[in-house]
Amino acid sequence: MATGTRANGRGAGPEQDTPTIAVIDLWKSFAGREVLRGVNLEVARGESFVIVGGSGVGKSVLLKHLIGLIAPDRGHIIIDGEDLTQSDPVRCLALRRKFGMSFQEGALFDSMNVFENIAFPLRRHTAMTEGEIAARVRECLGLVHLDGVELKATNELSGGMRRRVGFARAIALQPEILLFDEPNTGLDPITAGVVNSVIVEMREHLGVTMVTITHDMKSAFRIADRIAMLRSGRIVASASPEAFRSLSDPYIQKFLAGEPLEEDVA
Amino acid sequence: MSAEPEAVSRAGAFLERVGTNGIHLFEEVGRFFYILHTTIYWAFRRPFDGREWVRQMVRVGVDSIPVVGLTAMFTGMVMALQTYRGFERFHAEGYVASVVALSLTRELAPVLAALMIAGRVGSSLAAELGTMRVTEQIDALYAMAVEPVQYLVVPRVGATTLMLPPLVAFANGLGIFGGYSIAVGLLGANPVNYWDKTFQYLDLNDVFSGLIKAAVFGLILSVTGCSKGFFTTGGAEGVGRATTSAVVMASLVILVSDFFLTKILF
Repeated sequence: MATGTRANGRGAGPEQDTPTIAVIDLWKSFAGREVLRGVNLEVARGESFVIVGGSGVGKSVLLKHLIGLIAPDRGHIIIDGEDLTQSDPVRCLALRRKFGMSFQEGALFDSMNVFENIAFPLRRHTAMTEGEIAARVRECLGLVHLDGVELKATNELSGGMRRRVGFARAIALQPEILLFDEPNTGLDPITAGVVNSVIVEMREHLGVTMVTITHDMKSAFRIADRIAMLRSGRIVASASPEAFRSLSDPYIQKFLAGEPLEEDVA
Repeated sequence: MSAEPEAVSRAGAFLERVGTNGIHLFEEVGRFFYILHTTIYWAFRRPFDGREWVRQMVRVGVDSIPVVGLTAMFTGMVMALQTYRGFERFHAEGYVASVVALSLTRELAPVLAALMIAGRVGSSLAAELGTMRVTEQIDALYAMAVEPVQYLVVPRVGATTLMLPPLVAFANGLGIFGGYSIAVGLLGANPVNYWDKTFQYLDLNDVFSGLIKAAVFGLILSVTGCSKGFFTTGGAEGVGRATTSAVVMASLVILVSDFFLTKILF
């Protein structure tokens, strides 16, 4: 593992060749069931990295490790040269400022309207005036192609709109890294297409590093620079979209074609 | 011969249940103290969310006035009625006022108010935080570099702990008034005499220890409610379970700790 020496390289400072995110030998089990069994991955600065895999293989668990929502049993998560797993709670919060995360169902605060949801991180972390906050909220909503929904309650939004408000909230603080948890799940194909193009556009506009997990291959090919397959708690393949399509692994071919495995049918 | 292995397996099953429940109890206690500890840890760190504190104090304090007031008044009325009937038998009606005042300030007002607030506020804390947990809103807070304990739990626990003593002071007043109205209005006691006897044996110490109890009960019920909600799992059903058990646990702990507090304070 090339990054093995970096595990104790704290404070080395982010360099151009330093991966923004490095995960080293990550293990996690829940109630005796091993979900992650030695995951290794690196995401370069500005890269759009997509992790695919079947339901229940631990994609969400892996994503939540990256931002410190779940503590690993073993292993390291290095963000810009700093080990998240070794940081105290206050330092952890500071590291999280680099991230914006979009959740599966949006995870919008239902006690607030759309405007307040997006303004929340700005009010919390910046000294912006109300006027600046309003401008920033409009700008973020513009980036996800939602206008005139500021005063709507979150329960008035459709599934696709909730995701996009979630995106807007995630980019409000201009994060360096964006995480997407199943951005397309439960959406109709057209809305899913809209969400995909919003993600691609956001990337072009913001130039941020992105990690997306999904089981929707169409979406993966659309937004990825590199696709990795998570299976049995490990990253079993990682390649550019073109190369990924031509991988000979029978499981990946079945996954791409949407065909059942023999063991599942039997 | 076959009865013996069956008895052994029954004993095994019994021990297993005892063990499981014991572990479960340890987990609950651990979570309670985890929330208590992190609440204290984050309470004295920036940012201080004054608006949220006020909002919660209104919710716990002002909104609970009717229910606490009614409870205290009818308790005072019943106390007067019962003690009058009893004391009448040995011509000690004159002491009804003292008994009502002492038992209300020392015991009944703090405990009954705390139990009512446990039902009203403890349950809603568990339901609110539980819903936020299962809809990933708590994870979203973490992801936005906002410590959920600091943002959600600190103001709720703080407000409940601060608002219980004034509520109990108010309950003391209304309870004594309830007793007075029954004794004087219905049972024909001398109003001047009743008023004198109310304060004749009442120390400031009685009132203060009742208020200290109230603050401790407020802390217990809010930490219980928050920890139940914070660690909710299992969707809507889990939220229901958390809510119920928050009220049951808080009520039990209030009654048990009442004994020890009384032992220490008097």
